[in-house]
Parts: sequence; structure tokens; C-alpha cells
Amino acid sequence: MSKIVRTVANQLMLFVLVFGLYVIMHGHVTPGGGFQGGAIIASGVVMLIVAFGSGQIKKSLRERRLALVESSGALLFILVAFFGIGTVFFYNFLVGSRIFGDIPPTGPNPGDVWTGGVIPLMNLAVGLKVIAGLSGAVLALALFSGGEEM
Amino acid sequence: MTETIIGNFPLVAAVVLTGIGLYILIFRRNLIKIVMGITILSSSVNLFLVTLGYREGGIAPIYTDAPEGPMVLPVVQALTLTNIVIAVATSALILSLVIRIYRNTGSLDSKKSRRMKG
Amino acid sequence: MRQFFAWLFLIVLMVFLVIGGFEMVHPFGEPPSTMDQYIIDNSQVEAGSNNVVGAVVFDYRGFDTLGEATVLFAAVTGVLLVLRAGEKKEET
Repeated sequence: MSKIVRTVANQLMLFVLVFGLYVIMHGHVTPGGGFQGGAIIASGVVMLIVAFGSGQIKKSLRERRLALVESSGALLFILVAFFGIGTVFFYNFLVGSRIFGDIPPTGPNPGDVWTGGVIPLMNLAVGLKVIAGLSGAVLALALFSGGEEM
Repeated sequence: MTETIIGNFPLVAAVVLTGIGLYILIFRRNLIKIVMGITILSSSVNLFLVTLGYREGGIAPIYTDAPEGPMVLPVVQALTLTNIVIAVATSALILSLVIRIYRNTGSLDSKKSRRMKG
Repeated sequence: MRQFFAWLFLIVLMVFLVIGGFEMVHPFGEPPSTMDQYIIDNSQVEAGSNNVVGAVVFDYRGFDTLGEATVLFAAVTGVLLVLRAGEKKEET
């Protein structure tokens, strides 16, 4: 693509990353969460693929790194689910403790980030998984039409 | 009669979308059009699921700076979220299979790729 | 012959959906809900989050999210497996 498109895509990727991470990490206070934030960052990666061409993006996002990030996201999700095995499988064991453990007052209130228990950690794990999965799938589709492989 | 249709308009829209999706799935032979029909069918099911949980004059089920009013049902929205993610994943897999079929047989007609050659 | 049976199936299904949409579903705007009312009232004390939909997805119905993560993983693995360029044939 031309020089204007490449420069604008470079500068815009920073704002897309910040907005996507904001939506992921505030998933227990405002609408959003892991899946929605992951889709936002994956669409930013698609913008980079369209602007720079898939051959150049392949040098930064290799298959080994994407597979590592996706598998670590899934394993972190299951690990956090296993820690509450004393009561039930998916027990929310952090409500009332010191990490992420405040309890919000009942009824409408301005939100507090340090609430939520286990939910922000699960949001982070699912967000990592969706980013790596969707970017890898779109990169594989873009590379196959050019004749190369992932 | 028209008052019933305008009163329940989201349900009518879900039924019309299901009809369009099923018509494309049965009567069209181009593979890309069949994938589009599958996507339209899953969109109609998501619309029907979200419509089932509506309350008169309801607000979104979030407590941060919430206005007055009853809240709509949250469990149905969670099911729809899961359904959308699964639809994206299976649509990517179906499209990669269509790309393979086009590269191996050379046409996008579903009647030409029906027989399994040895 | 096949076209006749396809049209018959489609028309019977659409008539069933239209009648079902107006008679068998509860009236639009008044859902019967005891489980959802309990979740709305107690989600701030039990799960500790302001977002009730987020609490339902990750705390009350965590198993469904585990199944969805598995389906996403399997589909991405399938895409990366199908789209490989041809390998050179080896001499055995």
C-alpha cells in the first residue's frame, strides 16, 4: 500500500492497543470483557496485515510465538478454575480477600476496579487466547492465497 | 393483525431471517452462498435469543451508574455471547475447507465436488 | 420430484415457525424469571462485580465458557492444519 496508508496504520495501532486493553481489564465494571477486547485487538492486527502485506507481518508474528501465547492463555484459565477446588470446581475464592476482593455497595454506584474476585484474571486469560487465535487464523488465510504457508 | 406484527416486531424479524437462511441452504449450489446462508441462520438464532429476555422499559444489567428501571435478563445475553464466538470459529474452518476444495477441483459448484474420487 | 419435496419441507417448517412464534412463546416483554431475578439481586454480594453479564459468563456459568474456549482452540488448530502448502514428496 502507499506511504500514507502505512504511516497512518502505524500510528493508529497504538490507540487500538490501548482501547482493547482498557476493554479487557475493565470487564467487571463496564460492558465488555475478554472476548470483546480480544476481538478489538485482532481487528487492529487485520488492519496491519492489509496495510503492510502478509509477508512482512509474518516476520514478527511467527507460528511458534502465537501458539505459545494461546496455549498459555487456556492453561491460565484452567489453573485459576482449579484453585477453588476445596468447595466447587469454579469457586470464586478471592471475594473478601486482599487481591481484587472488595465488595461493592448494593444498588447503582460508581464502579471500583478492585472488585470482582477471580473475574479479572479470567478476563485476562481469555483475552490473550482470543488475540492469538484470531490473529493466527487471519494470518494463515492471508498467507495461503499468496502461495506461502504459515 | 398488523398491531400484533408491529408489537412483536423482533420475533417477526427472527422468523423472516430463518426463512431466508433455510432457503439459501436448500436451493443454492454455489459454495460461498451456502456459507453466507449458514451465517444468516446463526444471526437469526442470536436475535431470537436476545429477544426472549426483554422486559418492558428495561435497562442494561450493569450496576455502574445505572438509571432507574427493571433490568433485562442476563443469562440469555451470556448464551448469545458464547454462540457468536463459536459461529466465528466454525465459519473460519468452513471457509478454509472451501479454499482447499477450490484449489483441488477448480470449481465452486457443489455438484462437481460431491463424488469422492479415489 | 426432489424440488417438490424441498418446497414442501420449507413451507411446512415456515408455517410451524410463524404459528409457534405467536402462540407458543411467552408474550414479548413479560418473561417468567425466578433464576434471573435471584442472579440480579445477589450478584454483587456473591460474585462481587458490577457487571451482571460478566459474572454470569465467568462465575455462575463457568463451564460454558470452558467449552467455548475449547471450541475456539480446536477451530484455530484446524485452520492452521488445513492451510498447509504442499510438501515435497520424499523418496523411500
